[in-house]
This record gives sequence, structure tokens and C-alpha cells, in this order.
Amino acid sequence: MTYSILTLFDIILVATLLWLGWRLLSSEDIFKAVVLFISFGLLMALAWVRMRAPDVALAEAALGAGLTGPLFLAALRRMNRSHKGERRLDIDENRDGDHGKNSEPT
Amino acid sequence: MITTTLYSLTGLILFGMGFHTLIIHSHPLRKILAVNVMGTGVFLILVATAYVPLGQGDIDPVPHAMVLTGIVVSVSVTALALILACRVQETSNLALLKRRNQRKETKETRA
Amino acid sequence: MKTGTEIMGKIRNRHKRRDAFQLLFLILVFFLMALLGTIFSTIPVNNPGLASAVASLQTESGVESPVTAVLLNFRGYDTLLEVMVLLLAVIGVWSLIKAPAPDPETEISPVQMGVVRLLAPVMCLVAAYLVWQGSHLAGGAFQGGAILGAAGVLLLVSELPWLRTVPASVLRFGLVLGPLCFIGTALGCLFLGGELLAYPEGTAGWLILFIETACALSIGLTLALLFAGGRPHENVSRGDIP
Repeated sequence: MTYSILTLFDIILVATLLWLGWRLLSSEDIFKAVVLFISFGLLMALAWVRMRAPDVALAEAALGAGLTGPLFLAALRRMNRSHKGERRLDIDENRDGDHGKNSEPT
Repeated sequence: MITTTLYSLTGLILFGMGFHTLIIHSHPLRKILAVNVMGTGVFLILVATAYVPLGQGDIDPVPHAMVLTGIVVSVSVTALALILACRVQETSNLALLKRRNQRKETKETRA
Repeated sequence: MKTGTEIMGKIRNRHKRRDAFQLLFLILVFFLMALLGTIFSTIPVNNPGLASAVASLQTESGVESPVTAVLLNFRGYDTLLEVMVLLLAVIGVWSLIKAPAPDPETEISPVQMGVVRLLAPVMCLVAAYLVWQGSHLAGGAFQGGAILGAAGVLLLVSELPWLRTVPASVLRFGLVLGPLCFIGTALGCLFLGGELLAYPEGTAGWLILFIETACALSIGLTLALLFAGGRPHENVSRGDIP
């Protein structure tokens, strides 16, 4: 009984982790990606507890979620300040230009 | 056993996703995020290999200590990489704007 | 008009090339994953690892938590170098960039100030408790240091005015406090016992607590300074490039 419940928990946790990982790596908005990364770190802490590694879980919750997230947000703010919010979306410049040209009637 | 396999597989997939993003995407912050996800995948594999179900013996603490070290190092590396990315952005700012303006100009002259 | 179609064709080609590259890379990544999975499946399943070896030496290590014993006694060398890595990261950040000047327009709401006033002491208390708890349960220098660092981030976010007046020499001293204590202990052990980080019998527990406390303070300061992002503004001495 406990075995099946724990396995169910494992599967849900793993699926959530993979989904969050995919979302944070593929979302167009970097800010959204950073917020997803913070929640990803918190869920990783849960996974560490499940793996019977409470030390790692404590470190992950404090460092992975609590400090890496603010570091990213601070860097994002710094970049935006020098760029006036231009480069927050992750569209690389070539593709950007191509789209502009494609939509233009020739 | 099934737990170890499940979590190791997750770590492997996370590593692959991170690697893919690291190469494909161009934004520096996204690259740093991808490296972090890759590292998390490696840590997950390490800890999952050391996992023993409750009541079936002690857990090997050496991988845990290694992962703890790894997490702290990855945070410091992330901080340094972010500062480097900011610096690159600040210095490459002008070149990018110039190129954009040029492109706009050529478009206008063509029109 | 001809040039326009040519350009369009070029762009289409470039898109095609980009897509082809992405597809090729995706296939390569899948191959890499398959390879790594095959390698991983050859790891023997019921690997006993080093659990029994650590357990047999647990009483000599001076602490009850196996992870802390591995971190600061059996593999103390690793941890020493890790603390150095943190110090190097700060040195790298400080040599690259100056800390951004505070935005004079931002107003901190009184609610936030109240929360910070309540939370910061509690976080310091939790950090101290985690360092102390490291000897017998989950916890230790890194966890405690991380909580201290988070408290520092909280203070930095709320832009308290006195934070800007802390002289840089104090920060520098705080940064090297942990590494210095660690190296000092290691060298002391070298002279007393003949080996690096071979604690004399009976003193291991106290020495580990001493190292952990110093390192937790330094790690917390390091993480907070990494968040501050750059060297503090100070009077430039002669010969330096401003």
C-alpha cells in the first residue's frame, strides 16, 4: 500500500519536475523562466527529501531557490536598465529581423 | 530500485534538455539557466544512485556531501557568469543597436 | 524586384539551414542521452558504497551526522577548496564590475521594512541553529551560511542606508575570515599531528564547530556580496585605475 502511494508520489513529482524544466527552458519570457526556475528549485528540494538527503534539501531550498532566483532577477534588472526593456524577450536578433522582412510585402 | 531508476532517468532527461537549450538558444541568461538545469540533473543522478529505501540499510553519505559541495559551487559559478553576462551586454550594447539601425535604414531605402 | 526575391530566397535558405541544424543537433542529443543511459545501466545495482566505512569511523569523527563527518573530517580538503572557490567568485565579481548605485527614486514601503525588521533577526537565529545542528542532524556551515546570505539579500533589497556606509575593509576581512580559520586549523594540525586536517584526538568536535561557525559567517557574507553584484565604492588608492 505504502509502496504504491510512494511510487505514485514519485511519478507525479518527476512529471512535474520535467514539465517545469521544459517550460522554463522553452518559455519566451526570461522573467517567467526565472520564476519557473525558483519553483523548480523548491520542487527539487522535495525530491531531495524523498531521496533521504535532508542536508542537500536544506541547501537546495536556501541556495537553489532562495539565492539563485534573486541573482537572476538582479541580473535581469541590470540588463534591462542598460537596454530599456528591449531585450527581455528571448528572440534573437536575426530571427527578429527575418520576421520583419517576411511580413513586409515585396 | 524503481525509485532509483525513475529519478536517474529524470536526471538524465533534465541534463539532455539543459544541454539542448544551452546550444540552441542565444540569450545569455537562458544559457546560464540551462547550465543550472544540467547541473541539477547530474546531482539528481548522483543522489538517486546512493538511495536506499527506508529500513534497508544506511545511505551512503559521500555522494550527498559531494552534491552539497556541487550546489554551493554552482551558485557561485552562476553569480560570476551572470556578472560576466551583464558586462558583455553593457559592452556589446552599442554594436547591436548600430546593426539594428543599419538594417532599418536598408529596409527604408529599399521601400 | 529581382533583388527582393533573391533576398527572400536567401532568408528562406537561412531558415532552412537553421532548422536543419536544430534537427541534427536534436538527433545528436538523443544519441548522447541513449549513450549515457546505456552507460548508466551498467552500474552495479546493489553497490554498497562507502556507507559502512563511514559508519565504522563515525565515533572518531567527533560529530554524529555522517554528512558533516564526510564534509569536514574525512574529506575536509574538498570543503577547504570549496570555500576558496566561493572567495574566488567574489574576487572575480569585484574585479569585473562596480556595484550599481542605489536608485534614489525607489521607495520602500513601511510594510516591507516591518517584515525585514521581524525576519532578519529570526533568520540569523535559524542560521546559528542550523550550524549548531550540523553536528548531529541535517545542517551545517553551508545551510547556515545560505540562510545568512538570504538575510543579507533581504537587507540589500530593502536598501537600508547604513549598508552603504560599511567600509570595504570590514567586508574584505569578513570574506577571508572563514578561509583563514580553515587554513589556520589545517596548518595547525599539520604541525601538531604531521598531516593536513588530521584533527588531534578528542578535539575534532570542537574544531569542526569552530570551522563551521567561521565558514558560515564568511559564506553568508560572500553570497550577500555576490547578490550586491560588484565591488563597493571606496576611495581609490594611488596607482589604481579608477
